[in-house]
Amino acid sequence: MTEATLTQAIEHGLIESEWKHILRVMNRAPNLTELGIFSVMWSEHCSYKSSRAHLRKLPTTAPWVIQGPGENAGVIDIGDGDAIIFKMESHNHPSFIEPYQGAATGVGGIMRDVFTMGARPIAMLNALRFGEPDHPKTQHLVSGVVAGIGGYGNCMGVPTVGGEVNFHKSYNGNILVNAMCVGLAKANNIFLSAAKGSGNPVVYVGSKTGRDGIHGATMASAEFDDASEEKRPTVQVGDPFTEKLLLEACLELMATDAIVGIQDMGAAGLTSSSCEMADKGGSGIELNLDKVPCREKGMTPYEMMLSESQERMLMVLKPGREKEAEKIFKKWELDFAVIGITTDTKRLVLKFKGETVADIPVTALADEAPLYERPWEEPKRPAPLGPIAEPKSITEALAKLVATPDLASRRWIYEQYDSTVMADTVQKPGGDAAIVRIHSTQKAVALTTDVTPRYVQADPYAGGVQAVAECWRNITAVGGTPLAITDNLNFGNPQRPEIMGQFVLAVRGIGDACRALDFPVVSGNVSLYNETNGQGILPTPAIGGVGILKDVHKHATIPFKAAGETIIVIGETKGHLGQSIYLREILGREEGTPPPVDLKIERRNGDFVRELITSGRVTAVHDASDGGLAVTIAEMAMSSGLGATLTTPAGKSHVEFWFGEDQARYVVTAKAADADKIVADAKAVGIPVTKLGTTAAEHLKLDGEDPFPTARLRQLNEEWLPKLMAAS
Amino acid sequence: MKAAVVVFPASNCDRDVHDALKRSNGTPPAMVWHQDASLPEGLDLIVLPGGFSYGDYLRCGAMAAQSPIMRDVIDRANKGTPVLGICNGFQILCETKLLPGALMRNASLKFVSRDVNMTVEGANTMFTAGYKPGQVINIPVAHGDGNYFADKDTLDRLEGEGQVAFRYVEGSNPNGAARNIAGIFNEKRTILGLMPHPERHSEPLHGNTDGKAIFDSLVKALS
Repeated sequence: MTEATLTQAIEHGLIESEWKHILRVMNRAPNLTELGIFSVMWSEHCSYKSSRAHLRKLPTTAPWVIQGPGENAGVIDIGDGDAIIFKMESHNHPSFIEPYQGAATGVGGIMRDVFTMGARPIAMLNALRFGEPDHPKTQHLVSGVVAGIGGYGNCMGVPTVGGEVNFHKSYNGNILVNAMCVGLAKANNIFLSAAKGSGNPVVYVGSKTGRDGIHGATMASAEFDDASEEKRPTVQVGDPFTEKLLLEACLELMATDAIVGIQDMGAAGLTSSSCEMADKGGSGIELNLDKVPCREKGMTPYEMMLSESQERMLMVLKPGREKEAEKIFKKWELDFAVIGITTDTKRLVLKFKGETVADIPVTALADEAPLYERPWEEPKRPAPLGPIAEPKSITEALAKLVATPDLASRRWIYEQYDSTVMADTVQKPGGDAAIVRIHSTQKAVALTTDVTPRYVQADPYAGGVQAVAECWRNITAVGGTPLAITDNLNFGNPQRPEIMGQFVLAVRGIGDACRALDFPVVSGNVSLYNETNGQGILPTPAIGGVGILKDVHKHATIPFKAAGETIIVIGETKGHLGQSIYLREILGREEGTPPPVDLKIERRNGDFVRELITSGRVTAVHDASDGGLAVTIAEMAMSSGLGATLTTPAGKSHVEFWFGEDQARYVVTAKAADADKIVADAKAVGIPVTKLGTTAAEHLKLDGEDPFPTARLRQLNEEWLPKLMAAS
Repeated sequence: MKAAVVVFPASNCDRDVHDALKRSNGTPPAMVWHQDASLPEGLDLIVLPGGFSYGDYLRCGAMAAQSPIMRDVIDRANKGTPVLGICNGFQILCETKLLPGALMRNASLKFVSRDVNMTVEGANTMFTAGYKPGQVINIPVAHGDGNYFADKDTLDRLEGEGQVAFRYVEGSNPNGAARNIAGIFNEKRTILGLMPHPERHSEPLHGNTDGKAIFDSLVKALS
């Protein structure tokens, strides 16, 4: 076998010190196949070499956590023998290059991560970030990504129930497509990836291997430049029909006890699945590549090992169970091939046409992957915001805000996703959190994804804390008890100290918030190098949260229910306008510090609101976030068709009171007869509350200003995105 | 009522309709695999559920219409066994010619998932006896190809013979369907195909139970 060279290593995205490390662990020069394997396993995408040291500091345990980070997805106990398996993952780089297939295969990949552990996916969410609305690529990217997510998820028959979308110029060259999958399994039937034992058959199932996606993981570990479009061949093509068959076949086999370990072939395909399975099992794996089902003739070992063809799984079976497993996969008309065997050598050995074409110690690939303590610096903190002048009219400013990119209705997007298949969706898209019933039970899960990137940019630590707090708050606002999160950390180039500083501090903020709220991280994904020509994205650590409702009937929704009810805000309104949507969209300024989060207050206020919901004392609930109280109330009005009559408390600045984005606040409505008791109960435990006014027939009316028809507000809110997408 | 639901490899509403039938009927329907040669004997109702049958990379339902089990479905339907086709099931019924017309790509060229209002045009059938004529009901749609099309003569005949089962309320047609048609019967009213999913509005937790009457009506007529 020809020895590979340093030049080839650099072409594979490795650096000189990493090449030397390979020579050391191999005790010789690798051949090209071996180099290819090292390059993907040691890529940022697979090895987390820049982030691992920091991720270790996140809290990952709680009495209800069954499986924390390190497996295909995280697992939590929701009682009665049921477990929820979930994870969020990015597919940013491929989606920018080929939006439909990039997003579709992102959905397919995260679903495999979940069902490979024994769960049936029951819900999908997605957190999307696009560039400026009028950037020449935005329309094409939005349209392709949304169609791709729908195209895959709809065919799989898994409802897409929630998510978030932001537009900002920092994403012009690097959109973010983060997909979260939530699955349901039995707590005593969870499948892990360890390839334990020696002499067990290693089985390949699913689609055939083609030449698509070679070096996808390496691409996802580099910055973009103007030639990025040339990377289109590294994007894989999705086939949701095959994935649906694979899901059903895997679940059917999982009902037997034939499986020792199972892992999906995601990034870095056969390489990472075989290495990780052997590493976790403390075993070795020998593969006969002549047996790999190939789509094309003449594929080399290098291509087979680096292909990222979709809809494939690698399994280790108990010896003698091959026939039984094969029968199930044949029934579903999928490829099934015994391609190797587990060994006790702790080596990955590849045979092809009778020759050994690779022989690598498994621990070198996994455990000894490079680990970098990259230098980082504290980003400069913005100066606090000075006083802001009152606008001529709060109502007029509100009417403008509801039709801005980050606040306009997302209906154009979520109506392309089947949100009701499986017939368990209780809260469809448009709520604070989605609610999905656990089939055949009275329980439900509350699901949401959140982060406010502009806050993280201004203060990474505070922004990290806020992302977790908002996720916790959204679950609480529907009546759920928050249980655990998955994090999808999207950042720029970690080799720049200021970007690494954003990462380190945001992760620290996430960790502190998770600890304070008993909301551990059970799975996650890191996407770095989201930069084009040296311009990084806003730091975007998306948080996907799962909570539980013991009784699905005791939940809250956003719309007002009737006119004449009392509107109350739970939590203190100081009027924090720094980094607010009002400041950015009305005044064109991205300035100031983000609103501080006090985690003790967050918890106290949230626990109080959850109790109001479960005891049936409130008729509607909405957390106050982007756009402050005015936008929160407008959303409650628009979703109901009703209106509100509002009064600004004496002595308060109107603009600060209505548009400030102070945290830990919920707007609730209650029947007039119940309102005083709620206010008294809140005050009794030290929670600031303010009555804002009453719900009304069909106008929003602020004291001293003209009434504004809710229907008109709704029209402005609804028409922005369809108009953008119809423009040509 | 003895019912069977045909399961294609990428059916994905089979469980939902199973549950809706079970709620109305008390006993669950038989689930029949697409590669089986025949349906169980003595069936009162055959259901073709929603989903993507064989991936629908070709025309929706085109491959399913050729699958082994469909020979028996067509045979039984022609002999008078009632058939309900929902969404993909409606597409398959059109592909087998058990129902006239075709379901084209949505006029928007986009998948559409939303709750729509439709009127009950054909009450007093085994499928719709639980509704009042002209009643407006709210049922979710979720499809990419629900744009019902037939030539003018066929459409006129459907209208004239009272074969239009459901019609989208003016202004809420989600897919561009001709004459706002959401669902149709065969001539004998033993076959119903419709794009909306009644099983998704069939219990209180769905927020609406307008779809339940279809399953209740069938149980009443066929038990």
